[in-house]
Amino acid sequence: MGFLPIYVPRELLHAQGVLPVGLMGGRPDLEIIKGDAYYQSYICHLPRSTIELGLNGSYDALDGLIFPAICDVIRNLSGMWQMLFPKVLVHYLDVPQNFDPAIGGAFYRRDLESLSQALAARGARPLTADALRQSIALYNENRRLVRELYALRRREPWKVPTHELYVVLRAALVVPVEESTPMFADYLALTSADRSRRPQDQARVLVTGSFCEQPPLALIKTLERAGCYIVDDDFVQVHRFIRSDIPVDGDPLQSIVNALLTDAVASPTRYIADEVKGADLNQRATDSGAEGVLFCAPSFCDPALLDQPMAVRAVERTAIPWTAFKYAENNGQFQVIREQAGTFADSIKLWSGA
Amino acid sequence: MSTTPSVTTAAQKDSSQVRQKEMIARHFDRLAAAPDSGARCAYTFVPGNLTELLLSFDVLPVLPEINALQSAMRGKTAEYIAAAEKLGHSEDVCTYVKSDIGMMKSGNIGPTGQRLPTPDLLLLSYTGCFTFMKWFELLREDYHCPVAMLHVPYQADGRITDNMRTYVVDQLKNVVIPKLEEVTGRKYDEDRLRAHLARSAQAEDDLVWVLQSAKNVPSPIDAYFGAVYYVGPIFSAFRGTADAVDYYRELRAEIAERIRQGKGPVTPDGEVERERFRIVVEGPPNWTSFRQFWKMFSDEGAVAVASTYSKVGGVYDLGFRHDPDHPLETLAEYCLGCYTNLSLPTRIDLLTRYLSEYRADGFLINSVKSCNSFSAGQLHILREVEARSGRPGGFIESDLVDPRYFSAANIKNRLESYFQMLDQKRAGAAS
Repeated sequence: MGFLPIYVPRELLHAQGVLPVGLMGGRPDLEIIKGDAYYQSYICHLPRSTIELGLNGSYDALDGLIFPAICDVIRNLSGMWQMLFPKVLVHYLDVPQNFDPAIGGAFYRRDLESLSQALAARGARPLTADALRQSIALYNENRRLVRELYALRRREPWKVPTHELYVVLRAALVVPVEESTPMFADYLALTSADRSRRPQDQARVLVTGSFCEQPPLALIKTLERAGCYIVDDDFVQVHRFIRSDIPVDGDPLQSIVNALLTDAVASPTRYIADEVKGADLNQRATDSGAEGVLFCAPSFCDPALLDQPMAVRAVERTAIPWTAFKYAENNGQFQVIREQAGTFADSIKLWSGA
Repeated sequence: MSTTPSVTTAAQKDSSQVRQKEMIARHFDRLAAAPDSGARCAYTFVPGNLTELLLSFDVLPVLPEINALQSAMRGKTAEYIAAAEKLGHSEDVCTYVKSDIGMMKSGNIGPTGQRLPTPDLLLLSYTGCFTFMKWFELLREDYHCPVAMLHVPYQADGRITDNMRTYVVDQLKNVVIPKLEEVTGRKYDEDRLRAHLARSAQAEDDLVWVLQSAKNVPSPIDAYFGAVYYVGPIFSAFRGTADAVDYYRELRAEIAERIRQGKGPVTPDGEVERERFRIVVEGPPNWTSFRQFWKMFSDEGAVAVASTYSKVGGVYDLGFRHDPDHPLETLAEYCLGCYTNLSLPTRIDLLTRYLSEYRADGFLINSVKSCNSFSAGQLHILREVEARSGRPGGFIESDLVDPRYFSAANIKNRLESYFQMLDQKRAGAAS
């Protein structure tokens, strides 16, 4: 079962014997032939490549797609998918913006139950509490290792170059959790033990805004080569959307619901009710020891770009320097970004202590 | 063809339009006086608006989308948008938002030239548009006032489920109403709400009659440009008021008289005397060049006989009416049923149905850069509706309130080509 960014409760799918497959658009070298015919020039790139990959047969192995409610483009894409691929399951996961367990929680639980029933109707195993507890435990371990990798990168960013970590995180989207967990563990062990990786004079930056359409890998490399250690980011966020372990005791479905209500990251796609906008971002900057923030959003990404002025104001309250640029997943030229990020990193190194 | 005076001449107005103008003026007078009178006001959105509930608390609604479009018609949005972009708002995002923020930063002078009051409440009815949520997060940072969030689920599978209805009603009971009680210091009065809802249903009956009058040949109304005026009261601050009931009764009588006389629609530049093309339109209008845009149609004798934009504040022609016997449930159904909260397949069904029921020659999509809720998927809609209906579709691009994205020559060329194509098709069919 494919799913689009940012987050779906993969535990639920796993517990029913379904392989969750994370889809994040296309690579820069994917030639978009049909996808562009579905979208005007002012719409982001991810839906074009998603349509392209659907129409060229790349998703034929999938029994369906889950479209989480994150923006109007993904929302409308769910309707297009219903029409273009009528034989597969299409589920729009309408994540609540009300975080009261008795209101938004009840709604979300019933939505998950309907997803579970739809999967079972297509041949998945019926959901049981025991199976769900086991799946939660597996994903807790999986998430724990990702948190460890992020912690190691915060401590010793030279040991975990983001262009490497990113590839590992992407690979984990398309393999069973039983394979991705050892993969994370192996990478963590290998890179921790690698004494050849030595610190360099780089600026520590937090990259934010790239939670849906992903930057090309070359862009991440460009930032690193321009003198930035990426010490926190929004890439492939499904692995970290729930911040801590989900309890395995009690009612496991309710635990999954509660995790979204109370323990999810403050994504721009979520309504921030009582908390201060940007407080979460500032906390992440503090926790990661970031010396600067890079607002790195896809062109035409409503959630990221509408949120950005508020996030910028929040960052400015902390006196951490920031800069902003946009990208598309199929960008091939990075010279301008390299110069911008390089100048930004240089200014941090030259002036941050002043 | 229409009479075609210069676009600089004074616009012709029906008496219902004059009445509406007076209603709006009185409303903005009340808003301007609010700081002195102590009247409470809530900023809220058109789709999924809860006007009857606000009125039952004597809260005055302010609709930032309407302010933005009015600012565009007054030629103010270029400077407002520039002001917002200077503050860091991206050129990629909704220009309603940027116009509103620019207006706020420029003194918050509303469409009648009076200062708008700061909100006592931001009623964030998150219906059919993700941007709404971010918009009020942004406003909250400046106004520092309470926000009541009403999350309305999306009709992804083309129907309203019990789960959706329950969720919305629960929020009304436990979030929205308590917040209104807190802001106004008054208790929720369900009988008052019922009375407003009953008046809404009356007005809705007449509005539907007016919109469906376009099934006549010739159509007595323009159901896109003209409908903007017809839906004004019911989509904004007046649904549920006696004023709205009177307005729609008068409008209906006017249109009935036009049908009796066999007349076409009134445009700002005169009457469309010969209806050459009957068109269904999808998407919002451009507001910066609204009159010029309309004239591109009326000069060709093209009359919009149905539109989806006139359904953003409620798809009443599919049968929904506010039901005073089930006040909260009916508000939930209303919010869930607004046009941009419908799935793409449902939107395609609706457009196809309009083409048939209104005996249209074709359909046009005005795709606006600002609004992904409308625009994402419209090229798919174009193909599907053409395939199902067998009638030709046209596609033009503009924006809501950013004059930089209204290219008059381009749009006129496209429209003329489209109408020529309809002519040729008709000639081909006749030969």
